[in-house]
Amino acid sequence: MALPVVEYLKIPDEGEPYLEGHKCEDCASIFIGSRNVCPKCFSRDKMEKIQLGNKGKLYSYSIVFRSFPGIEVPYISAIVDLDEGGTIKGNLIDCEPDPEKIKFDMPVEVVFDDALGRKDAEGNSYISYFFKPI
Amino acid sequence: MSDVYVIGVDMIKFGRFPERTVPNLGAEAALMALDDAGLTIEDMQALYCGNLGQANAMVGQRILQEIGQTGMPVVNCSNACATGATAFREAWTSIRAGLFDVVLAVGVEQMGKGLLGGTGAGKGIPKEGLLGSGTMPAVFAEAGMEHSRKYGTTFEQFAKISVKNHHHSTMNPKAMYQIETPLEEVMNAEMISYPNSKLMCSVNVDGSAAAVLVSEKKAKELGMARAVKVRASALTSDPYQERDLVMPDVNTCTRKAAKEAYEMAGVGPEDIDLVELHDCFATAEMLHYENLGLCEDGEAGKMIDEGEVALGGKVPVNVSGGLLSKGHPLGATGIANIYEVCTHLRGEAGERQVEGAKLGLTHVIGLGSACGIHILEKVN
Repeated sequence: MALPVVEYLKIPDEGEPYLEGHKCEDCASIFIGSRNVCPKCFSRDKMEKIQLGNKGKLYSYSIVFRSFPGIEVPYISAIVDLDEGGTIKGNLIDCEPDPEKIKFDMPVEVVFDDALGRKDAEGNSYISYFFKPI
Repeated sequence: MSDVYVIGVDMIKFGRFPERTVPNLGAEAALMALDDAGLTIEDMQALYCGNLGQANAMVGQRILQEIGQTGMPVVNCSNACATGATAFREAWTSIRAGLFDVVLAVGVEQMGKGLLGGTGAGKGIPKEGLLGSGTMPAVFAEAGMEHSRKYGTTFEQFAKISVKNHHHSTMNPKAMYQIETPLEEVMNAEMISYPNSKLMCSVNVDGSAAAVLVSEKKAKELGMARAVKVRASALTSDPYQERDLVMPDVNTCTRKAAKEAYEMAGVGPEDIDLVELHDCFATAEMLHYENLGLCEDGEAGKMIDEGEVALGGKVPVNVSGGLLSKGHPLGATGIANIYEVCTHLRGEAGERQVEGAKLGLTHVIGLGSACGIHILEKVN
């Protein structure tokens, strides 16, 4: 069975994968990854787990032409503001790596798929998330 | 509290010295700064040493093993690319606090070639190129594209920053490169992470720089002829911002440090005659014209288009060639910037001299984030 690429990607026994965030009950800030204290309002033990939304808009990006050895290029490194709160970073797929074709605020969907065929030392497959233009 | 003066400062010519060691590079700059001050290691009461790559390896003490083990206190600091500025500031703090009258600050780094950054393998599989990019050229490209989304800043405008800084370094014999790079060359260079082409990324080099800081009492005793006054020192971390986790913030911490530094010095950005700022990538320099208040928000593109930040312009920025062309040995950069500004304030910058320079500002960013700003003033 495929494993989640990051801890905040959840694969339930039934239903679709989703991304998990943590929301401060006091100031409503949303974080990726668990924590006990809110770095914005300093409240303690007010974090609740939430399911992040699957729709968002492109906030910023870079088209990567040179990366570390063995990493396939080019790809679009994208920063996406989710409509229901939270900001995440990932690859923008199904979009030409051409600044003319990439528009700020273009609507995207978070989709889940195999992690580009990458496997760990034990041969496990992974599920990752990607952004796809809507 | 005593005012603080820089009485000696120098840097080695940046380059690649794989056959040498980190302490050996640091020792060279330390001796050069002592010579510049006309002092010896025996006169120093403490050493503040900045280095990143060997942060757990007592670099300061190993420098003293090469230039004189007097038994003085040594503090080794590491604060990403703000490491050198942090060491300088710790030295400044010790004099302000009245602990010492004469201290030495050294910044040194030996770099490999290649890309910095990355999301790290961690557990499981590599995330680079899967969850976007953690390479430094991409991270700073994304920060630059945020400026583009707000103000329509173009690839060409970012590229002009590299043309300017590479031009400046043709007049700096201590820079890694002394080569003109016309606009077409910058724009047509290998694209690393759009909009940063290869010539828009700082150069990984080895280097070191050092400064001797003294109290007012000591400065008067030694003579003020070439002394430079430290009018302000500010160090910030990044206040909470909503995109922090995926987009390291270099703007808020710079604005906060700039405000604090201007207040401490009792001056405004309009009073500054030259600036050495953290151009780790061309996209980064664009952001800091506004962050440092050199222009209004949204006018950075215009500043580079109209030559206001070039030598001879309203406020020359990175006349040393900057990190883009002088080179960026991480731990040395924050003190090399101070060397550059002091050299202009002393009227000793030769061909690249900013005429009549009285006040200069240095700025560095350590991603993660730390911002260090110093404002320096000509005394005589």
